[in-house]
Amino acid sequence: MNKIIRKRRLSENVFEMSVEAPLVARSRRAGQFVIVMVDEEFGERIPLTIADADPEAGTITLIFQTVGATTMKLAKKNEGDFIAAVLGPLGKPTSIRGENGEKPGRVVCVGGGIGVAPMHPIAQALKAAGNEVTIIMGARNAGLFVMKDEMAAIAGDRLVLVTDDGSSGRKGLVTDPLKELCERGEVDEVIAIGPPVMMKFCALATKPFGVKTVASLNTIMIDGTGMCGGCRVSVGGKTKFVCVDGPEFDAHQVDWDLMLKRMGAFRPQEIAAKEHECNLLKAAGL
Amino acid sequence: MTPKEKMAIAPQAMPEQDAKARARNMNEVALGYTAEMARCEASRCMQCPAKPCMQGCPVAINIPGFLAAAAEGDFAKALKIIRRTSLLPAVCGRVCPQEKQCQKFCTMGKLLKDVDKAVAIGRIERFVADLARENGTEETVECAPKTGKRVAIVGSGPASITCAADCAKAGCDVTMFEAFHKCGGVLVYGIPEFRLPKSIVRHEIDNLKKLGVKIETNYVVGRTRTVKDFLAEDGFDAVFVGTGAGLPKFMDIEGENLNGVFSANEYLTRANLMKAYEEDKADTPFWHGKRVAVLGGGNVAMDAARMALRLGAEKVYLIYRRSMDEMPARKEEVHHAKEEGVEFHILENAKRILGDDNGFVCAIECLRYELGEKDASGRRSPVAVPGSEFTLDVDTVVVAVGNASNPLIPSTTEGLEVNKRGNIVVDPKSNMTSIPGVFAGGDIVLGAATVILAMGEGRRAAQGILKYLGVHV
Ligand SMILES: Cc1cc2nc3c(=O)[nH]c(=O)nc-3n(C[C@H](O)[C@H](O)[C@H](O)COP(=O)(O)OP(=O)(O)OC[C@H]3O[C@@H](n4cnc5c(N)ncnc54)[C@H](O)[C@@H]3O)c2cc1C
Ligand SMILES: Cc1cc2nc3c(=O)[nH]c(=O)nc-3n(C[C@H](O)[C@H](O)[C@H](O)COP(=O)(O)OP(=O)(O)OC[C@H]3O[C@@H](n4cnc5c(N)ncnc54)[C@H](O)[C@@H]3O)c2cc1C
Ligand code: SF4
Ligand code: SF4
Ligand code: FES
Repeated sequence: MNKIIRKRRLSENVFEMSVEAPLVARSRRAGQFVIVMVDEEFGERIPLTIADADPEAGTITLIFQTVGATTMKLAKKNEGDFIAAVLGPLGKPTSIRGENGEKPGRVVCVGGGIGVAPMHPIAQALKAAGNEVTIIMGARNAGLFVMKDEMAAIAGDRLVLVTDDGSSGRKGLVTDPLKELCERGEVDEVIAIGPPVMMKFCALATKPFGVKTVASLNTIMIDGTGMCGGCRVSVGGKTKFVCVDGPEFDAHQVDWDLMLKRMGAFRPQEIAAKEHECNLLKAAGL
Repeated sequence: MTPKEKMAIAPQAMPEQDAKARARNMNEVALGYTAEMARCEASRCMQCPAKPCMQGCPVAINIPGFLAAAAEGDFAKALKIIRRTSLLPAVCGRVCPQEKQCQKFCTMGKLLKDVDKAVAIGRIERFVADLARENGTEETVECAPKTGKRVAIVGSGPASITCAADCAKAGCDVTMFEAFHKCGGVLVYGIPEFRLPKSIVRHEIDNLKKLGVKIETNYVVGRTRTVKDFLAEDGFDAVFVGTGAGLPKFMDIEGENLNGVFSANEYLTRANLMKAYEEDKADTPFWHGKRVAVLGGGNVAMDAARMALRLGAEKVYLIYRRSMDEMPARKEEVHHAKEEGVEFHILENAKRILGDDNGFVCAIECLRYELGEKDASGRRSPVAVPGSEFTLDVDTVVVAVGNASNPLIPSTTEGLEVNKRGNIVVDPKSNMTSIPGVFAGGDIVLGAATVILAMGEGRRAAQGILKYLGVHV
């Protein structure tokens, strides 16, 4: 049982929660995630990235978007409530340029939608390791940006906002500024986190320039420890388990189309569960 | 009674749910003996002085001893005898491959020229354990005075349960760490309810708690904390690693990543641990397969195939590349699967899996096989018949071709020796690994094996730990 210490609504359907998990807070590193269960007996296990951690207070911060039944149940919980389980930290930590043997350089972080949240600790670590960090944030409209101030604090004037409708920053897609930076030869490495389609197009955008591009994959998971194979993807023609071999992979090697298809495996059931949960929320006046 | 008279007693059949009905429900298939049946079956034992049956039992239960007590109707005494060497009789009585172990060597079976007519040792074992559990008459075990020694147990499968119990009984302060939200290992996530009710596993975990074992679920050792942290910083004096063989193998064939292709671990975990079959309550979705192909021939494959029926499949094909004789699954499970309507495709193997435009499975292409020369394992190896391809229309494929060991602990524990298959190497007497104070046992050492072997390993490791800690027992 893990207590919710703080809850904030960041936008219409994005929430931030600080949850008690002292051991995870102590050992987690940028890029790692936890598996969360809202209730024990019939609950689902869902992966969420550790967006931040406070080892002294023994808490981790999760930022999530309500997309289906479980994330909606989580959003219903309030400060002081408990969630059934937090398991982690899972996955391999991000290999931070400047700490991993490579010289610090010019790194572009591309965060799409909620993907900005998991990007935050990575961008922080990249900056701390001496890289020049550019952050490109994309959203459908201005109201959907999360953590803009936190990201601005890291990137300063190297923060680029992009919206589909032009309601904030540039109108267009995150791949537009990304391509321009690559064309000007100003990029040593790219990290992309966001919807799979966005990551796929980031990979396509950087490929012609031969710029190293890393993507953090968000497949369906159950155990998160390498036991079920449900999170498998094909990378460079080889089957990999996202929970233990990832979540980050060379974006140019990922079979994106296969991954996109696999993420739709349970869509009909998920939609039914979401409607059910929505009706419950409506009934509860939320 | 003379041996002749004993031979004339009819072997007691196990009462079972009707095959058609049970193939659509999750309740236990085998209903268990009545006291009368247990006594009668036990009275078939001839008390052979050489006790050949005991050689077949990996933990050397005093079989004739407990059968004599059972035949007299003293079931409490029978259980006490079993408990001296086995911690989990209600589990082993259900899932041991008896026809390859104790019952294989039974004189009665030999005399009647049929291993199925051996004394039903496992069923009697199950009966006496169930009786005591249901009536609440299990003996309470007293722990030795506290030694002040602290033992960390990683994993909560049968190896870990046994090691934890033995260390706690000897007066150690024991904490068990399990990655999942429920304890029991394969007993809860793999073996289905219809073969091993989860309430039995829960009962054994409750017994551990009564012994003072502390349990930390949702704790993944190697990530949350490491084995070395336990020893260096967290004040543990010894660590037992019983993390099992939880890494699913795939076949590396075309189409294996299509939607609708599952490892047996995923398929069974969704259904068992996550309770996906209780669709209106569970949040974890399950896959509505109508035509299911299961690849493999072991217990895992049988469980997946029979689970598929219970989840509403109309057709279930079990595809196995060797012959019926080589099938490693327990005989009873094979028999049950056939009765329930699983179609056996023997000497056939998947070549590739075919998908539709949206990436969902639509068919499986197989090849026929013949038995060729004997291979290193002494089994005749199957050889593909060229040009024998044929396809089966399926919407689900479950791959149950084995599990390898999970690399998480070895990869996060510097200096821990593993063999080329990734299994942890231990001293055969004490189960100590290459790191002093770190012990291991069960599937992580043996490769995918059996419950009773895992239990035996847990016992041996506990002895090793106690000796290492200088605790006298
Ligand atoms: C390593 C990892 C880290 C993640 N970190 C975060 C995070 O920090 N914040 C966050 O909001 N989400 C994160 N996700 C995604 C999150 O796990 C899913 O949104 C969640 O499982 C959905 O559960 P649900 O029951 O609410 O919705 P479901 O009913 O399961 O799904 C609803 C809809 O969301 C889609 N969906 C399902 N699973 C995923 C997924 N894994 N990723 C994207 N879409 C999905 C479905 O296709 C469906 O359309 C992460 C995923 C992974 C693998
Ligand atoms: C579907 C299926 C059917 C089977 N049927 C039979 C049968 O009929 N008869 C029979 O005798 N045997 C059967 N077996 C085999 C038997 O279940 C195993 O041999 C036995 O359970 C092994 O026990 P174990 O204690 O070594 O590990 P497991 O039972 O595998 O338990 C290991 C536990 O460790 C946990 N763990 C792993 N890594 C970590 C970590 N890093 N930190 C914390 N926890 C961790 C896992 O979550 C798991 O709970 C079957 C196996 C399967 C999969
Ligand atoms: S533990 Fe297994 S092998 Fe031993 S007597 Fe019981 S059923 Fe037979
Ligand atoms: S071999 Fe069979 S008959 Fe003989 S003692 Fe063992 S169980 Fe009894
Ligand atoms: S989530 Fe099960 S193997 Fe990755």
